[in-house]
Amino acid sequence: MARSIVSEIKRDHIHKLIADGKRVDGRAWDQVREISVQTNVVETAEGSSRVKIGNTEVIVGVKMTVGEPFADTPNKGVLSTNAELIPMASPSFESGPPDENSIELARVVDRGIRESQMIDLEKLCIEPGKKVWINFVDIYVLDFDGNLFDACNLGAVTAIKSAIVPAKANGLGEDYPMPITCTPISVTSVQIENSILVDPTLDEEKVAAARLTVTTDDNGDLRAMQKGLSGALTLEQVKTAIETSRRLGIEIRKLIG
Amino acid sequence: MGGNSDMKLIDENGIRIDGRKVDELRPIKIEAGVLKSADGSAYVEIGKNKVLAAVYGPRECHPRHMQNPAKAIVQCKYNMISFSVSDRKRPGPDRRSVEISKLISEAMEYVVFTENYPRTSIDVYIEVLQANAGTRCAGLTAAAVALADAGIPMKDIVPAVAVGKVNDQVVLDLNKEEDNYGQADLPIAMIPRTGEVLLMQMDGHLTQAEFDKALEMGVKACHEIYELQKDALRRRYAIVNGETEEEPKEPAEDVNEEA
Repeated sequence: MARSIVSEIKRDHIHKLIADGKRVDGRAWDQVREISVQTNVVETAEGSSRVKIGNTEVIVGVKMTVGEPFADTPNKGVLSTNAELIPMASPSFESGPPDENSIELARVVDRGIRESQMIDLEKLCIEPGKKVWINFVDIYVLDFDGNLFDACNLGAVTAIKSAIVPAKANGLGEDYPMPITCTPISVTSVQIENSILVDPTLDEEKVAAARLTVTTDDNGDLRAMQKGLSGALTLEQVKTAIETSRRLGIEIRKLIG
Repeated sequence: MGGNSDMKLIDENGIRIDGRKVDELRPIKIEAGVLKSADGSAYVEIGKNKVLAAVYGPRECHPRHMQNPAKAIVQCKYNMISFSVSDRKRPGPDRRSVEISKLISEAMEYVVFTENYPRTSIDVYIEVLQANAGTRCAGLTAAAVALADAGIPMKDIVPAVAVGKVNDQVVLDLNKEEDNYGQADLPIAMIPRTGEVLLMQMDGHLTQAEFDKALEMGVKACHEIYELQKDALRRRYAIVNGETEEEPKEPAEDVNEEA
C-alpha cells in the first residue's frame, strides 16, 4: 500500500535472502502466513468476520437494508463494498475520505465477489424494479502488515457467508441465510528480484517490483485479477502466480469451510 | 433521553431487564497490547460494547501549526465503525464523534506528562466495533490502557462509566434500552488516586439528591474499573516478562577478546 521508505540495509537483506531461496520469516515462496477467521464477532451487523493473516488483521461487517434497485438490474439486489484504511492500523494511514489505495482495495475485493456471483443477487429481489436488498460490505483494516487484498477478500467472503437476511425486522417474513453460490478466494503474489512470493509481508511489499492478485472460484476458474505496483511481470511469472492462487485457493476454501 | 416513558425497565425487586441490580456494572473484559503495528493498544468489552484503542507516538505533530513548543498534544479520534449500530452509519466523522473526540482528548491531555515531549503529538484512535450505550466511557477506558501500554508516562490510569436515571431510580452503567428510554445520562471519567473529575456530561433530568447519589455510584464503579485496567496491564507485562527471561544475553565474551 503506502510506499513508505525502506532502509537500504533491509532491502539488501530481503534481496540477499531471496537469492538464497529464503524469506525473512522463514516461509517457502508459495506459503501463506497463518490464517485465523472468527465469524459473528459483531451482533449489530447481519454478518461479520475478523480475519488475521500473520500480523495483518481486518474486521468486516455486512449491513442490509431494503432499497431501490439500479435501473439496469431491476430484479437484482445491490452490492456495495467499501474499505477503510483507518489510522489505527498503521503509522502511514491517515484519517479522511478514502484515498486511491483504499478505493483500489475495495474495488478488487468487490470484483471477486461480484464476478464470481458469490451472492445470488436475484434471490435478493423483493419486488422487481421497486424493492431489493442493499448489501453494504464494510471493511476496516485494524493492523497492517502487508497483503491487504487477501485479508480483505477473506474477511468479506467469510462475513457474507455468515450473514442472515433480516427479513423479519423489515416485515418481510422469516429471516434466512444469505443466498451463496460459491466462495471466491484471492491470492496475491509479488515479484522481487524476479522471484514470485505469495502473501507478502509489509517489508516484502515495500521492496516488491510488481504485484498480482488472482481471485478464483470453487472450480479453480479465474474471476478477477489485478496487477499492481510500477514493475513488470513476465508471462511465466503471471502463470506461476495464477497456478499458485488456484492451488492455495483450494486449501484456503477448505480452511474456512 | 426518551423522557418519562411508561416502559418498565426495573421490576419490583429492583432487578433490571438484563438481570443486574441498580448499582451493578455490566461484565467487563479488558486486554492490553492487542495490535502489532501500534505503539500501544487495548481491547475493552463492557456488556455488549466492543471497543479497540490504539496509540501512536509521541511522534511528529501534524498539522505543524498545532505543535506546542512546550509540550506534546494529545489527539484522540473516536469513531464508530459503520456496522457497530443497528442502522448502518456512514463511515467518517459526524458532529457527535467530533465532540466526543474533543472531550476525550482534553481528558487524556491532563493525565499524560505532556511536558516530557515538546512539539510532538500523541495520537489515540478509538474504534467502536459494537455499540450498546456507554461507548464514550468504554472508549476512554480503552484509551487509558492503550496509553499505558505504549509506555507513555501518566499521572494515573483513567476509568470512565455512565450513571443514569431509569423509572425514577438512579442506575449504574446504562444499557441500550435504558439509554433510549431512560430519564438521565451522566458519563463520568476520573483520576481514582486524586478523585479529580476529567470528563463529565449530562443530559436529562436529575434532582440534586439524585445527582449526589449518581456521583457516589459512579465514583465507586470507576474504582472497580480501575482495578480491571491495572489487572489487564499486569497480565500484559507478565507475559512480556516471561518471554524476555528466556533469553538473557550478556555480552560477557567481548571482554576476553580485548585482552
